[in-house]
Amino acid sequence: MDGQNQTGAKGAISIRNVTKIYDPEGVNVMAVDDCSLEIAAGEVCMVVGPSGCGKTTLLNSIAGFHSITKGEILLDGEMLCGPGNPKAEQGADRMVVFQHGALFPWMTLGDNVAYGPIVQETMTKAEAKEKAGHMLAEAGLGDVAEKFPGEVSSGMARRAEIVRALINDPKVLLLDEPYRAMDALTKSIMHESLLEVYDRTRVTIFFITHDLEEAIFLGDRVIVMTTRPARTKKIVNVDIPRPRDYTTLTSEKFRQLVEEAKDAVHEEAIKAFEAGERELA
Amino acid sequence: MSEAAQDTGTAHGSHSSGETTAPKKRSKLSKALTSDTFWRGIVSLIGFVVFWEVCSQMKNWTGVEVPWIGKVPPPTEVVAAWSEIFWYKGYWESWYLSTARVFAGFLMAMIVGIPFGLCLAVNKYFYDIFFPPFEILRPIPPLAWVPASIVFWPTTEMSIAFVTFLGAFFTIVINVLGGARTIDIRYLRVAQSMGATQWDLFWKIILPGTLPSIFTGAAVGMGITWEVVLAGEMLSGGGQQGGGGLGFFIWSSYMGGTVAQVIVGMISIGIAGYLSSTFIRYLGSISMPWRKLF
Amino acid sequence: MNTNTAISGTSGDRSQATLELKNVNRGFGDDWSREEIITDFSLTVHPNELTVIVGPSGCGKSTLVNLVAGFDKPDSGEILLDDKPITGPGHDRMVVFQETALMPWQTTRANVVFGPKLRGDRSNADIEAEADQLLDKVGLSDFKDKYPIQLSGGMQRRAELARAMINHPLVMIMDEPFRGLDAMSRELMQEFFVRLFEENRRTNLFVTSEIEEAIFLADRVVVLSNRPTSVRQIIDIKLPRPRDFHMLSSTEAYEYKREAMELLHEEALKSFKRKGDQSELVEAFDKRSE
Repeated sequence: MDGQNQTGAKGAISIRNVTKIYDPEGVNVMAVDDCSLEIAAGEVCMVVGPSGCGKTTLLNSIAGFHSITKGEILLDGEMLCGPGNPKAEQGADRMVVFQHGALFPWMTLGDNVAYGPIVQETMTKAEAKEKAGHMLAEAGLGDVAEKFPGEVSSGMARRAEIVRALINDPKVLLLDEPYRAMDALTKSIMHESLLEVYDRTRVTIFFITHDLEEAIFLGDRVIVMTTRPARTKKIVNVDIPRPRDYTTLTSEKFRQLVEEAKDAVHEEAIKAFEAGERELA
Repeated sequence: MSEAAQDTGTAHGSHSSGETTAPKKRSKLSKALTSDTFWRGIVSLIGFVVFWEVCSQMKNWTGVEVPWIGKVPPPTEVVAAWSEIFWYKGYWESWYLSTARVFAGFLMAMIVGIPFGLCLAVNKYFYDIFFPPFEILRPIPPLAWVPASIVFWPTTEMSIAFVTFLGAFFTIVINVLGGARTIDIRYLRVAQSMGATQWDLFWKIILPGTLPSIFTGAAVGMGITWEVVLAGEMLSGGGQQGGGGLGFFIWSSYMGGTVAQVIVGMISIGIAGYLSSTFIRYLGSISMPWRKLF
Repeated sequence: MNTNTAISGTSGDRSQATLELKNVNRGFGDDWSREEIITDFSLTVHPNELTVIVGPSGCGKSTLVNLVAGFDKPDSGEILLDDKPITGPGHDRMVVFQETALMPWQTTRANVVFGPKLRGDRSNADIEAEADQLLDKVGLSDFKDKYPIQLSGGMQRRAELARAMINHPLVMIMDEPFRGLDAMSRELMQEFFVRLFEENRRTNLFVTSEIEEAIFLADRVVVLSNRPTSVRQIIDIKLPRPRDFHMLSSTEAYEYKREAMELLHEEALKSFKRKGDQSELVEAFDKRSE
């Protein structure tokens, strides 16, 4: 977490007593139950929990895709949503990267990245394209800027997507299991690339995952969530210095942290599994 | 739970078909009846009829004729005409004749088309030999076959049947071929390593794997057969042997100057087409129980 | 859930088969576009031990599986099962594929009995009884009559295991069977699988791209080199059995992990850098050859 405030980082998120109840066809389903979380500006906050536990609901509430039932969410002290305004407005200050790529397949990577500033009219077309090309090159994607998403590997597409989010200069990057479908080895390269981006931009990252090791490797803090309704079960502070690389994964410190959180995660996994079997039966 | 989300997703998706395909559970029916989609549909239909009535009555009421639709008889007149001919045997005979032609042509197309498509898909030689002529004949619209088929076949009835058959045949074959080719290779491999013979592969993997495409083809093919039968009936002019049918009914109403009856004929075809595609969907849902879950 | 209860009951015979690959070569394409996928690949898979092959994605693991399963033939070299060469697919080798390859038009139960019914080498009553027993064992008794689409990802994988086991294969070939599951379900499936193996001790060839999975399950981890693929190193895993998830965060496991990781990271980087150029071509050939 060192250095986060030296750059005058923005993007502190306060989640205060947030509850979310879905009401499909008269059956109340509590997705999030009285969840509070303070995320400092420039922090990498990792949320781990079983699927369907409500962590995505939390992310969607921050992004403004969903309303919340109770509580409030603030960004840099300003209320995003809360009493009287259950649904946050969507904005370019909070960019989301989804599990399944959401690049426009009919645009080249370069055009995809340039798209945001052009539609928001914060840059001219030429400026946006130039900046997009520059940022892609920085991410090691200079050679494929003119290719269509279907022509590059999934790892490249996902990296381009993060570049597309970052060109809008967001305060917060919201990542919803962006590397879920990847194999471990591709994933480890993606992680290094994300950390490299983070070290450069120090954007606040709210990252949802199932994968404890991924969480510890990337995060400043790891929040283990209970299965539905989501509550914080355990918080692990990751005091491994940055920059980190793949050797971190086999360090003793890393092992201890995994050991510390493993039981909590495993317990919830089994609970979620059993609930799932019951639901399907 | 993602499964739960999927469940509600499919439930919404099937609302529209839920009203039509004889839903099994009462709850589904009542859900469909209370859904917004259903009521919006009802309101839109009523709105359309009212609009039509007002437009075509405009001349009587104000003396100003609304262009195009003003010439169409109003719904009240159409209903009157309908209730009159409703008791005529001839009207129902037209229904029967058209439906019989459609199903005869359609069944033939299925019987010939499905094996033909599957053979194209599984046998390379068969494909190499038969696909090129098939592809040349396929773009010819069925109606272009009418004169030729009158020459080929001894009776008008047979030529109508033949043209009808062609209408559905090409669509079905193309769908079967496409469907059979996109079967996941792993299904074939699993079966192979369990000791399946070519025969087993065909009956136990390729055929069930192609069923969804067969029904897609059938639904489209059914639409085309109705088009073709109706046009065929109009062209053949009813007359002696090939007589009757809804197409002829419309044509003769037009010749007789009863425009309201023309409209009745048109709506009848709409209903007939709808019923037959519902029938296909129903067949699909009982022969592919696993597809309902998507 | 069965992860915490012992799984009892036996399923068929214990196989004692040895699988041998000797100097296997396989490449795709011709002349100018020729690329060797597997070169000089030699490996012996012993009975009673779990051999796990790890390699970066796109390194030719699937080609290897296809060769062993008999869907594909090597250009040169030999693949022997109990000293008899493999000539084609057969029910002595069962593949559990990535994602799921359950046939969507059959219920879980029909999927399981598919193989033996097809061959008709046993009485129906016998097959049905074993299917019931196996489905019970994998915890799917309540889901027999459901279609695969109605099952969760983890259940589908367990149904696949049952479908393979009912054929009493000499070798089980697992081709990244838990890929696509989320990390948590995956962990539970690994625990389940390791217990199943510890009870039955079949000859197993397990292919994965996850190092942790490999170390957790394996007696021997075979690290592959990137294209062309051959055996880079074999690591013997001496973690005690029965295994449980705590062992993965033990110091020994981390030592194994470090060793494998260093090897694999190099190989992964190789394939990553090349993605986007010629490997696309090879993937296309891979697909066409299927």
